[in-house]
Amino acid sequence: MSEEVDAGLVAEQIREHPEQIDQPDPTKHVGKPLRRKEDARLITGRTRWTDNINLPGLLHLAMVRSPMAHARITRVDVSPALERPGVLAAFSGADLADQLGVLPCAWPVTADMVHPDHHPLAVDEVRHVGEAVAVIVARDRYAAADAIESVEVDYEPLPAVVDMEAALSDEVLVHSDKGTNKAFLWPFDGGDYDAAKARADVVVKRRYVQQRLIPNAMEPRAVVVEPLTEGDEYTVYSATQIPHILRLMLALTTGMPEHKLRVIAPDVGGGFGSKLNVYAEEVIALVLARKLGRPVKWTESRSEGYQATIHGRDQIQDIEIAATRDGAILGLSVDLKADMGAYLQLVTPGIPILGAFMYNAIYKMDAYRFRCTGVFTTKTPTDAYRGAGRPEATYAIERIVTELAHELGMDPVELRRKNWIRHEEFPYTTVAGLTYDSGNYEAATARATELFGYDQLRREQAERRERQDPVQLGIGISTYTEMCGLAPSRVLGSLSYGAGGWEAASIRMLPTGKVEVVTGTTPHGQGHVTAWSQIAGDALGVPFEDVSVICGDTQSSPQGMDTYGSRSLVVGGVAVHLAAQRVVEKARKVAAHLLEAAEGDMEFDGGTFSVRGSPDAKTTIQEVALATFAAHNLPEGMEPTINAEAVLDPENFSYPHGTHLCAVEVDTETGRTRIRSYVAVDDVGNVVNPLIVEGQVHGGVAQGIAQALYEEAVYDPDGNLVTGTMVDYLVPAAPDLPDFTTDRTETPSTSNPLGVKGVGEAGTIASTPAVVGAVVDAIRHFGVTDVRMPCTPERVWRAIHEHDSDGGERGAQGTIAYGGQQTATTAGGAE
Amino acid sequence: MIPPEFDYLRPYSVDEAVTELGRAGEDAKVLAGGQSLLPLLRLRLAYPTALIDLGGVGELRGIRREGDQLVIGAMSTHHEVLHDPLVFAHCPVLAQATATVADPAVRHRGTIGGALSHADPAGDLPAVALALDAEFVIAGPDGGRRTVPAAEFFSDYLETAIGTGEVLVQLRVPVLGPDWGSAYEKFSRVAQAWAVVGVAALVRREGDAIAEARVGLTNMGPTPLRASATEQALAGVSAGNGGIAQAAERAADDTDPPGDLSGQPDYRRHLARVLTRRAVTRAATSTVTT
Repeated sequence: MSEEVDAGLVAEQIREHPEQIDQPDPTKHVGKPLRRKEDARLITGRTRWTDNINLPGLLHLAMVRSPMAHARITRVDVSPALERPGVLAAFSGADLADQLGVLPCAWPVTADMVHPDHHPLAVDEVRHVGEAVAVIVARDRYAAADAIESVEVDYEPLPAVVDMEAALSDEVLVHSDKGTNKAFLWPFDGGDYDAAKARADVVVKRRYVQQRLIPNAMEPRAVVVEPLTEGDEYTVYSATQIPHILRLMLALTTGMPEHKLRVIAPDVGGGFGSKLNVYAEEVIALVLARKLGRPVKWTESRSEGYQATIHGRDQIQDIEIAATRDGAILGLSVDLKADMGAYLQLVTPGIPILGAFMYNAIYKMDAYRFRCTGVFTTKTPTDAYRGAGRPEATYAIERIVTELAHELGMDPVELRRKNWIRHEEFPYTTVAGLTYDSGNYEAATARATELFGYDQLRREQAERRERQDPVQLGIGISTYTEMCGLAPSRVLGSLSYGAGGWEAASIRMLPTGKVEVVTGTTPHGQGHVTAWSQIAGDALGVPFEDVSVICGDTQSSPQGMDTYGSRSLVVGGVAVHLAAQRVVEKARKVAAHLLEAAEGDMEFDGGTFSVRGSPDAKTTIQEVALATFAAHNLPEGMEPTINAEAVLDPENFSYPHGTHLCAVEVDTETGRTRIRSYVAVDDVGNVVNPLIVEGQVHGGVAQGIAQALYEEAVYDPDGNLVTGTMVDYLVPAAPDLPDFTTDRTETPSTSNPLGVKGVGEAGTIASTPAVVGAVVDAIRHFGVTDVRMPCTPERVWRAIHEHDSDGGERGAQGTIAYGGQQTATTAGGAE
Repeated sequence: MIPPEFDYLRPYSVDEAVTELGRAGEDAKVLAGGQSLLPLLRLRLAYPTALIDLGGVGELRGIRREGDQLVIGAMSTHHEVLHDPLVFAHCPVLAQATATVADPAVRHRGTIGGALSHADPAGDLPAVALALDAEFVIAGPDGGRRTVPAAEFFSDYLETAIGTGEVLVQLRVPVLGPDWGSAYEKFSRVAQAWAVVGVAALVRREGDAIAEARVGLTNMGPTPLRASATEQALAGVSAGNGGIAQAAERAADDTDPPGDLSGQPDYRRHLARVLTRRAVTRAATSTVTT
């Protein structure tokens, strides 16, 4: 349980020791909004992005990609490409099939999961637009790009299937040899839902559609592979979130020995889960570097990435909630269909399962039934995208709880209050089997409603309705929690995930007292260099500036599970803290020896060891580091090092929570929505760097708003990606987003010594239902109970005027172009 | 995003540009700010043999007043138009519409002449030029110049009166007197996006009544359109009562809007009516600052 803070006592301390407030302890860094050390180089681009890497003799790869969603490959002739200037080689899938292996899926969620072979280069059939069928190797990227069109590929068209429910009829098979498009059925039962439903006075049932999203990391994917001059050894540079996992998987996929591979993730410009994968191009580049004995590079273009990098979401949720007339939630049933796309990428099947434990959210109930069906379609594979399963779950439960409130005639905040886990009930084991360690939903909600002006906005809403104002106002509520900090290894094992969830850190004390932190986490924008410097600096009592962080290279940071699932701080950061504590314990022995005192009499504070009772007898950790380096005078039998490492396997997930409130104005004449105010009160436990937390909340909320209002990857019935460029796939930018009002409550996690929780995905998980809930709330009096995401102006307008919440669906079937010309913005093929 | 191979030519005068264009043949393209052309090349949706870059042609830049017209060089950037005091004073609707074009980066590179020559019906400037009854000065071989009125300039989807071997050199727009009000209403899904529908309204008032109205429609057909029925219905209408709304009901008459992810044709027709009412109302209550 968290320690209660006595506000009166704190106030008294402030009165008696005002200097502590005015001059915060300069040796403490955790909790301060320190500027990020890495930003200057990241923002100016004066850094090593993978595409910036240039090596002598570098060759460039370009992929020939399928323009068809589904077809049999009857012939590939690469020879015309070989005649072009600058082209050195070209290969079809068949040419390389015996060397490339098949791409891995590390999460077979059920024993009988259908797991089709996924060739890095298609051999005899293509199953989504953009699937690679051949590769060009050229002296420069221009020659490579120019040669793409000269490769001759004959396709015998097969029918596409883009709709999950149509796919489940198995009339068109994505993998004909498998006999079914159903990848798996994954069930979970907590309690007896049928019994709970039988006792209910009210049952509300809804269908929600999680549209397909494109992750859109700012840096496109890129890979460079360098063969070393001898020994069949390779260095793989990749814009990846997972250098350690990639190394293992490249070894397993290609059969090359793991110890001959070194993987480096240089600075990486965002991932949002899309770089938590093992991609065809990484395998192809490695195999070609080996085959040709030359370094090779491949960098995707944005439109190419739209087809060849994983997508996110794409689920259909049939959700049912059962409650008593007075608003006690009894049970919840979820029937989920999750679109895998054409193949299973690294963790594709596990994504909806990550959501399985979050549908019950912060609410107490007796019973929960969950069924998830994975479905193959002829579309780009889906996989992890910021939140990965949990935004979907949070969206459905937060939407339907509000619907239930309307059904019961209760205020939606009040209904939540009636059902949520009260702060004194933690730790609390939920109907889904998780034990939430800490939380205070009351405090976060109270703060959020106060900042939002909830009652006043409700009054304004009533007035606008009363006077039939063309601009109506709606309020959306999301009292979310989530599970992150992946993950206790035993839990991952029980879910059939292919690896553990630990993280490694080591601390190297240099002779001058400077510090190197080696971490297995791999930042791609998160600010680990800064945060780990704060944590290590505090634990060791050294200045923030004296700490450097080494990461993203399997040679210098040999052990790691990398960065995803809001795990870096709660697993990796805590491991840094533990390793630093071990350094201090070793240093304590040396200090006691140097000061000729008993180890038990040593005190350590702010980087200085002193002898209890003899304040003049002291030495600093830097002096200890130098003395250990010299090793002239160390305790008997002690190894000459105070370096230490820690590998932490977390005992539990981390459960950030919070309350997000959104007010949306809807222009009922045009359907246009405008977010008028957005309040986010998040509880991420103790905060290491408020600036970084704020950044994560802003970015996360923006991405959640993007799903609510703007973004959707649309396929036409033939399996062409209609939203093939950023002209049609609308990523909102600063002018499209409101100011965010943010605040925090701090209920420390009790599952780790820093009391921290993850924050990387919380904003995305929380915000989408708040925004859509507000849109629906604004027009509910027109008889509207749902608007399909994204809530485009047309959909909102049709919902109001035609009671057709699918509004733009007819638009989703493709575009009308003038005079038979397709516009630049809607062309299906990759470059 | 690698464009196909092309020859690159950079002339320094209009005559030189026209000569080069003639020499380069039918498959050459004129490069202005490149904000539409370069994406087409990079997506390999266009394969010009040569690009004639007008970036070095100084005579195509700048904005000046000639009598009752503003003369705007075709290579003036959106940013220059947006911040030009003459445009602000005498043709504010052009500045208003230009401010909605894409984002600051595009507005610093993109040019008014390039946008009008590209003639994307979803672009903001063609409908404004049409509503203004602007004139387009086109240079041809042997020093020839011809002037085309806006009503004849936009001939079809992405097609204009600019012939093979010709270059747009000037846009001439009328100086609007103090009795004119104007407004541009753009409806787009994100700030930097193309218009779903846009409406440019110009209104000349006599007392409380609308003496003359010109309404240009963005993205309501393969070319920018004038809402002629609305314009006729607005003549003589008082700015104060429901006459504007009634006239705006006819804004979508004789239009042929596209259907795409941002809106089906019926929705666009509806938007055209609503936005026309709003634009005309704003225009009728605003004045040109002279």
